[in-house]
Amino acid sequence: MKLLASIALALLQARRKQSLIAAIGVTFGITMFIALLGFMTGLNKMLDGLILNRTPHVRIYKEVTVNPNQPISQWLRSTNNYHFIESVKASNSRVEILKSNEILSSLSKDNRILGYSRKLSSPAFFNLGSIDIAGFLNGIDVEEEVKYYKFKDYVTSGKPIDIKNVPNSIILGKPLAEKLLAEIGDNIQITTSMGDRFQLKVVGYYQSGIADFDKTQSFTSIATTQKILGKGPDYLTDIQVKLKDILLAPTIAGEYQKKFNTNAIDIQRANAQFETGTKVRNIISYAVGITLLIVAGFGIYNILNMMIYEKMDTIAILKATGFSGNDVKLVFIIISLTIGIVGCIAGLLFGFLFTFFISTIPFNTDALPTIKTYPVSYNPFFYFIAFCFSLITTFLAGWFPANKASKIDPVEIIRGK
Amino acid sequence: MSTNVLKAINITKHFYDPIDVKVLDNVNIDVNRGEFVSLVGKSGCGKSTLLYILSTMDRVYEGQLFIDNELMSSKNGADLAHVRNEKIGFVFQFHYLLNEFSVLKNVMLPALKLNRFSPEEIEHRAIQKLELLGINKLALRNAGQISGGEKQRVAIARALINDPLIIMGDEPTGNLDLRNSQIVFDTFKQLAEEFNQTLLIVTHDLGFAEKTHRIVEMEDGKIIRS
Repeated sequence: MKLLASIALALLQARRKQSLIAAIGVTFGITMFIALLGFMTGLNKMLDGLILNRTPHVRIYKEVTVNPNQPISQWLRSTNNYHFIESVKASNSRVEILKSNEILSSLSKDNRILGYSRKLSSPAFFNLGSIDIAGFLNGIDVEEEVKYYKFKDYVTSGKPIDIKNVPNSIILGKPLAEKLLAEIGDNIQITTSMGDRFQLKVVGYYQSGIADFDKTQSFTSIATTQKILGKGPDYLTDIQVKLKDILLAPTIAGEYQKKFNTNAIDIQRANAQFETGTKVRNIISYAVGITLLIVAGFGIYNILNMMIYEKMDTIAILKATGFSGNDVKLVFIIISLTIGIVGCIAGLLFGFLFTFFISTIPFNTDALPTIKTYPVSYNPFFYFIAFCFSLITTFLAGWFPANKASKIDPVEIIRGK
Repeated sequence: MSTNVLKAINITKHFYDPIDVKVLDNVNIDVNRGEFVSLVGKSGCGKSTLLYILSTMDRVYEGQLFIDNELMSSKNGADLAHVRNEKIGFVFQFHYLLNEFSVLKNVMLPALKLNRFSPEEIEHRAIQKLELLGINKLALRNAGQISGGEKQRVAIARALINDPLIIMGDEPTGNLDLRNSQIVFDTFKQLAEEFNQTLLIVTHDLGFAEKTHRIVEMEDGKIIRS
């Protein structure tokens, strides 16, 4: 084996230039594969993050619906009569989650859960002189939000914790604040849907990247919102659950819906489109990367084929002096794998450097306040895939010419002269 | 223990391309230990074809071939490669050295393949063989940089490296000038007489043949003198 390897090496050195070009082909393929996947995945993750960071894996809430169990139908059930009542409306329906304390204590015992954050959201009007701008007031526990939903990343000015520490304070969506001409430290006035007015102090701006969303959102502490709405400390409209395994979300959502007798929606149902986009982008990057590697494989195939024609004499003499067909085959497969592995390792390195280079290119956009340079991913899995795939391609590219070489009849070559 | 090294019984071979030609017709040949045999005949009489069959490189024939009293006809490719490696040394008309390697490495290759000795021991033996042929000063030169006569002597050294049972040559002097032919012949002669080396050499140089122990003459695929 060592002998065959030394023969392979000698043959490689005899065709140094071609071997180098073949290796560069592989290097280029792997570099692009790594860089492309790193870049695409980085972007994917960032785009997914836009949704994932803000969307709970399971959201427990109470839907405002008409009770399907109307008193009249209960009464009619035992008789043969029917009723003509149309346009049944929901009345006096509660938007808060019932027995929220019980749900929370049950959640903290569930070990599939990473954590949860409580939320209380209510429509409100922001008063700008005599004009009212419609929006939402979100009461949040800022520590939970920071921990599980990266709230801090989206607060572009001011400190998130201030809404907890400064009494009657609010963080406004940046476009909303611009509309209201509200600077940090200013007081703004809001009107609740019940008509109550309230003064709040602006302590920060919030920017998620989705302008339409930011135009209507504002954040206060849960206690402040409860106070504004005149509700008690149990009053919550949403419990946002973050799971350890996102794939369990549909099952757990179904379970909670039954267990807590309320509504629960999982992220997969709430954002079906985002998963599709991710999948398609991944398929595209893999397809391009693998195409590059296959092209590199053809390069190796060509060069080995050429080498075999050039080295017919060598092959014949090796066979005449006692090397078997399999030995010859191994020599050429070693040549091919050497080109492949050297090219691949260089490719992984250059791929990493290229990815790193991409990650230093400035990328400033208003929509994504936390992103300063292009996002990339260094997932070791790509490197692993690239390595495996380059081994497979170069092995196959070597296999066919090697097989041909092993079948060369030394008599024909020696007599042919 | 018989002294028979090589025995061929009723070897028949056809070429089918472009038409069916019987190149070898019931050829029988024996070579005993220590013999220096030359195989002569006109061009196209089948002497090279016979040599390639006897050397186990050509496997398509009818009849039986024994090397060292072992039947070759039933062995597979890898086993035959091993037999060639261990028991047969080759010298061709064209030198057929591997230009990628040094002279020394060229000589060492078949022994490294046989793997009977350690690489250091093989190197030592290779240098001995080169000394025997008087070309040890070329050992570290690249095989592509030496003259034709020197190449052929390196090829003989390579043929000797595994102490083969028999050395086969296909027109080993066919491509050399008179002086180098003489050197190569003298080398063969010395091997036969001093080292009792068995040799089977195909040649059309009758002057060469006459000086060997035994001449086997072929005509139209048959042996007419042996």
